[in-house]
Amino acid sequence: MDFNSLPYSLEFVAGSGCILTLEERTALQTSLVIVKTNYKFQRILFWGKILGLQHDYFVAQGRGEDEMTDRKSLYSLNCVDWLLLPSVTDAMVEEVSKAAQGRFKGNPSFVYEHKVSQQEGKEQEKVFSVTEEKRLAVTVHHIDEEASVVPRGAFIQSLRGLVQTNRSFGGLSESEARRLENFMHFRKPKTLQKKPIPVKAEWAPAIDFLDVLSEDIPKGSWSLQFECARRVCVLRSLLWLGLTFYHVPMTPQHGYIYVGLGMKNLDLPFML
Amino acid sequence: MQRSGRDCGEMQRLDADGTGARQAASFKAFLQKSSSRSDRNLYDHLVLLLAKIMDERPDDAVDVLEDMSLELKRASFKDTQRSLRDHVTPSVGERLAEQQLLLFKHAQDFNHEDPTVETGFPNVNESAFYLEQAGVGLGREEMQRILLALKLLVESHGLPQCRLWGKILGTESSYIIAEAEYTEGDEEQSTDEDLQEEEEEESGTQENETDPVPRSTYLHPPMVPKEALGTGANRFFYFVCNEPGLPWVKLPSVSPAQITAARHICKGFTGRLDSPVLSYPPFPGKEANYLRAQIARISAGTQVSPSGFYQTVEEEGEEEEEMAHDQCLVNPEFEGVSSLEMAQSLSSWVHHIQHILKQGRCTWVNTAMKVEEDSIEEEEAAEKDEQADEPEPEYGPPLLTNLSQDAEMFHTPPWSLRLSSTITPQHAVAVLRSNLWPGAFAYSNGKRFENIYVGWGLKYTGQGYSPCVPPPPQKEYPSGPEVTEMLDPSVEEEEEMRMALEEQQEVQQELEEDEEDEN
Repeated sequence: MDFNSLPYSLEFVAGSGCILTLEERTALQTSLVIVKTNYKFQRILFWGKILGLQHDYFVAQGRGEDEMTDRKSLYSLNCVDWLLLPSVTDAMVEEVSKAAQGRFKGNPSFVYEHKVSQQEGKEQEKVFSVTEEKRLAVTVHHIDEEASVVPRGAFIQSLRGLVQTNRSFGGLSESEARRLENFMHFRKPKTLQKKPIPVKAEWAPAIDFLDVLSEDIPKGSWSLQFECARRVCVLRSLLWLGLTFYHVPMTPQHGYIYVGLGMKNLDLPFML
Repeated sequence: MQRSGRDCGEMQRLDADGTGARQAASFKAFLQKSSSRSDRNLYDHLVLLLAKIMDERPDDAVDVLEDMSLELKRASFKDTQRSLRDHVTPSVGERLAEQQLLLFKHAQDFNHEDPTVETGFPNVNESAFYLEQAGVGLGREEMQRILLALKLLVESHGLPQCRLWGKILGTESSYIIAEAEYTEGDEEQSTDEDLQEEEEEESGTQENETDPVPRSTYLHPPMVPKEALGTGANRFFYFVCNEPGLPWVKLPSVSPAQITAARHICKGFTGRLDSPVLSYPPFPGKEANYLRAQIARISAGTQVSPSGFYQTVEEEGEEEEEMAHDQCLVNPEFEGVSSLEMAQSLSSWVHHIQHILKQGRCTWVNTAMKVEEDSIEEEEAAEKDEQADEPEPEYGPPLLTNLSQDAEMFHTPPWSLRLSSTITPQHAVAVLRSNLWPGAFAYSNGKRFENIYVGWGLKYTGQGYSPCVPPPPQKEYPSGPEVTEMLDPSVEEEEEMRMALEEQQEVQQELEEDEEDEN
């Protein structure tokens, strides 16, 4: 959710239940400006909030020239002091998947430990440990990979491969906003290359360079509704419960926010 | 185009003069000459034709050129008399807007209403203000619409009091839920009677056959009876709507079978009350029943209040201390606890809704006694009773137990408690968040408290939900000595038996001969 649109866009996603308190909102408005100048970001977004047992993490994301690759995430416990999250590597993802379990505790230096005893005669215990900060970074990365949403046409890919905001994006129409094919994941495309050529011929290459939401498995993992007296199109993810995307049709306003436990919903196949 | 000889000559003379531009200009003027038979000219027609081709980009354009040209000429005929008017279908947003307009109208007898009399609907805006400090809410405009919708609900159904229970999100649309106290005038048409009637019909058809089929000795496990309206899990009843402004629908009361089934499944809501709930173990009912069962579970698990706000009903001559109270009254002497105290320890909060037992009810019922009354063949039933053990009564925690007694599940504490603000703790409220039912919140600022649920209606399952295993296959027959299989004896064994028998006979014969000899 773009920082400049924060005052009014929080009302659009409030239908999911979690809102920011007034104190948090005012603190964000002040501190994010400072963060933007310090880190020299072109655009700064309020990414969301992960609820922990003792404290909550507020996450912001700064974008550089290329929106897809120049992304840096920061976290804070009180919306005032922001710390940079470590960039995610494959090794970190593996560590987190082995060791981290259960809810986020709320303490960034908490260490999760998982002991695996090897019974091959050595009888040594291998201990996998990871800090909560790394778990937070990996969770933010996963949510962006699997559940980030942008409407079709909001970003364009230039000839050099740079992904930038489309300044002449007028918004999807009401009928277009009802179809899941007009919303895309904001990540390096995975299923794009597998499309047959006659389908690709109808695309505009500058706009259609991202994966479409209707290709997500399992089908039905996105809930599309019109809220706020049917004016705003709201997409909720069932895979990551708490991710809400909003778009006001016929205007360029759109954005997504995650307010939730930070855990993937493994019960999704049973829920559908 | 036929050129007259005179024109041809003019053209040649122009060539000789030089400028191609004048050539083009004169040719263009020729094209723009209107024809004598119709109002068109060639220049405009060619422009339109090329524009149409550019827009439509037909396949094999060169072959369909003449057809397109004819079509253009035909289409230019304008019908000035239009007898058909445009039929405008209102979009979904417009229809909802018309329905929501009713929210803003005054009630018809507004003039007779006394604004100072306490009305049944709550001050949702005040709650929304405090809930916003707690970090939960639906947005100020939506809360305002909900307030007006609750006002309509109270007026149309004549409810003495109602409360906003919360919102449950669904895949196609969400539910906004209002809770109302049960009053004595409400009667409900129970739909569970249909299920019982079906069972009786099935057993009835078996008796009518000419060749009686052997009656199975299987007795259904006795159904746990529903709790009476106004007590236990059915203490309140609930109204739902999809959007504020749409009509409120009353949910049916909940039965223990539905609660036990809901405990074993993990199913999302679609937003339509009549959609089926397909799951294993099968859920007895539709989404309306499932929604009601989840509401009952969430209320029993997460509705809390500051300790001291409610007090138990004191009955005279209470002999059994184990009797569970199911009602509690507002304590008129409650002075309020400061929010700092409330935020420090869980023992300053208590549950004020009865816990639901494993049976699915709040008060335990001995189902074994029912079997004697209902069954037709009393002898068999009596025998069964002697064999079966008496079921043990189930006890739950009594009403108004404080939250520090709640059990920890999946290595997470069941509640998270904090102050809403660390910078200004003097004006902060105490916020309680449930970890078992993510989405259940409660706040207290000393005198005032409120509970709300905004979420997906599912319990926290830890590592992930694993469905029940189906029961093991039943034995076909009871095992006994006449039914068990035995191996046929082999030839050697038969030989041995025969030898042993012969020896025995010989020994007996010798004994008899000896006796005869003696005699």
